[in-house]
Amino acid sequence: MKKVSLFIPCYVDQFYPNIAVATYELLQKLGCEVDYPLNQTCCGQPLANSGFNGMTSACNKNFTENFKDADYVVCPSGSCALHIKEHLHDDANPAAAERIRNRVYELTEFLTDILKVKQLNVSFPHKVGMHISCHGQRGLHLSSMTELVSPEFSKPEQLLNMVKGLELSYPKRKDECCGFGGTFCVFEEAVSVKMGKDRLTEHEENNIEYITGGDVSCLMHLEGILRRQKSPVKIIHIAEILNS
Amino acid sequence: MEKFLKPVEHAVAAEKFISDEARTNWHDETLWFVRAKRDKIVHKLPEWESLRELGSQIKNHALSNLDTYLLAFEKNAQANGVKVHWAADAKEHNEIILEIARKNNVKKIVKSKSMLTEECHLNPFLISKGIEVVDTDLGERIVQFRNEPPSHIVLPAIHLKKQDVSDTFHEHLHTEKGNNDPQYLTEAARQHLRNKFIEADLSITGVNFAVAETGGFVVCTNEGNADMGAHAAKIHIACMGFEKIIPKAEHLSVFLRLLTRSATGQPITTYSSHFHRPRKGQEMHIVIVDNGRSKQLGREDFRNSLKCIRCAACFNTCPVYRRSGGHSYHNATAGPIGSILNPNINMRENADLPFASTLCGSCTNVCPVKINIHEQLWKWRQVLTEEGYASSGKTAGMKGMAFVLSYPKVFRFAGKAGRWIIRMFPGLVNNTLNPWYKQREMPVAPKHSFRDWYIKNKKA
Repeated sequence: MKKVSLFIPCYVDQFYPNIAVATYELLQKLGCEVDYPLNQTCCGQPLANSGFNGMTSACNKNFTENFKDADYVVCPSGSCALHIKEHLHDDANPAAAERIRNRVYELTEFLTDILKVKQLNVSFPHKVGMHISCHGQRGLHLSSMTELVSPEFSKPEQLLNMVKGLELSYPKRKDECCGFGGTFCVFEEAVSVKMGKDRLTEHEENNIEYITGGDVSCLMHLEGILRRQKSPVKIIHIAEILNS
Repeated sequence: MEKFLKPVEHAVAAEKFISDEARTNWHDETLWFVRAKRDKIVHKLPEWESLRELGSQIKNHALSNLDTYLLAFEKNAQANGVKVHWAADAKEHNEIILEIARKNNVKKIVKSKSMLTEECHLNPFLISKGIEVVDTDLGERIVQFRNEPPSHIVLPAIHLKKQDVSDTFHEHLHTEKGNNDPQYLTEAARQHLRNKFIEADLSITGVNFAVAETGGFVVCTNEGNADMGAHAAKIHIACMGFEKIIPKAEHLSVFLRLLTRSATGQPITTYSSHFHRPRKGQEMHIVIVDNGRSKQLGREDFRNSLKCIRCAACFNTCPVYRRSGGHSYHNATAGPIGSILNPNINMRENADLPFASTLCGSCTNVCPVKINIHEQLWKWRQVLTEEGYASSGKTAGMKGMAFVLSYPKVFRFAGKAGRWIIRMFPGLVNNTLNPWYKQREMPVAPKHSFRDWYIKNKKA
């Protein structure tokens, strides 16, 4: 039995508890022993990506304290997992930070690479558009990238293909960024929203009912635009589909 | 040309650009078309990724042995009868060219394929000294007529539509008003430029690759203007940033394959012109320019940016560039690569640029010489903030965030309070002061956090 420590990003804990619950239940269903270290806050990415990596030491220390004994740290959000993998340091306990960096996984990567999930007894009979998130894809290599000359693969798609009745589609520009980009979404509001609107237009061309993905932040951004447009298209995190 | 001197922040300029949404869509689609062409042609080469690796390694090697190769190049070029000049900065570069022009009583100059002279603001300098300078590449000529800087290093007038070109040519070349036929407009430019080539006393070109082994250099063009200028004028000056050096002629085979596939999706440029020595009766000069490059070479985290071969693939793939236009980057080199090169030249004026990115990483993936562009954007953000170039408001906000995230109890209290406020007093967040809310709804604030749920429901 794999022992998993859940890393639930700050804004998921506060605004999307359902996604965290789905992640928790899914991992349990797949036979993991799951715990949630109670004093976690945030990975520090919003600070670091804004140029304030120098201010993350206390936040990092807290993170390391929470996860120092974890066998596997699993997170339902690619960019937060990537931030930990690339930037977690703790001067007080560098070895623990390094251990965590080597044990952090984004949810779909954990399911395909560690649990080696081959089948799921779930159904989701809907037309679903896949949103590929940049940090998961280009940073964690969760799927192949259109820019590179390399064989095609996709860990999230591999899992979604196990879901009965689910009809998956991609937007025309398969792996273009949605424009969220952390604090970019407020400091470059105009470009951010334009990028999000363009993603949604391409998804809508496929007559989808849902948009799914592995990074809650991109989904939050796209959802904000959809709701403003009063669109019937719904947002759903991949953990919620796999746990349905 | 001087429009860049007082930069407007990228975010502000971008918002203005996007306010014309139809034009933004057109700009985005046009550049995406180029990116798609690039994909199509690189996927035909199974060896593409190893070619990129090879290009990257040759450039790394050249940058690590720059002194050796530049001196070898100088020696070999001089032996071929070329005069070699060294310029520490833009000012020296411009003065060297002025001096050559004055010595030869030059009144008219034609120029082709040189972003370096844009970087050095050569045109306004020469014009202020009474010398006519004509950019001869079609796109460059169009923006020059309009007194605008290029918005893209390979497609300088990509921000303009046929109608804009027609209006510009009507004003400057007296073409028929409202005639938008590209054939007709190109013909008008062609006739106009032919005369400029014939009249010019001096021709300036850029340099794509300078070969240390031979002392020769290569200029890649699609219109052949560099050749026409260089072959007609009695003086040819080639201007190069010192990072253009490659060790051997055989390395050209790598770079010529990488360059245009990345730039425009062509297998090779229409003209890859090799220059080695002046023809009989001609003078040939090479100006080798530093202008901040040695400083960048000394910055370990950023030296890799000097591998750039100026293909602009990172522009075309960048979702931010495509939606904000080149002028929003307020420098001769825009796009992701410009955002890591320009802070080196002037941190204060370019402190906004490394933030004009979502760090999606597509730029790094398309780069034919594997520059880790998005990682350098991240690193520049840290440097700029440490050097004090973040606004005081942003710094204060980040300090507050760092405090909240450092203490679990404070975080939980702030989260709970925040959600309560959003539920009870939505007007406090749903207002014009909140940039998120301007065109997006706020997330729905649930009563309980996941942590609350977990404590209540966790299975033993």
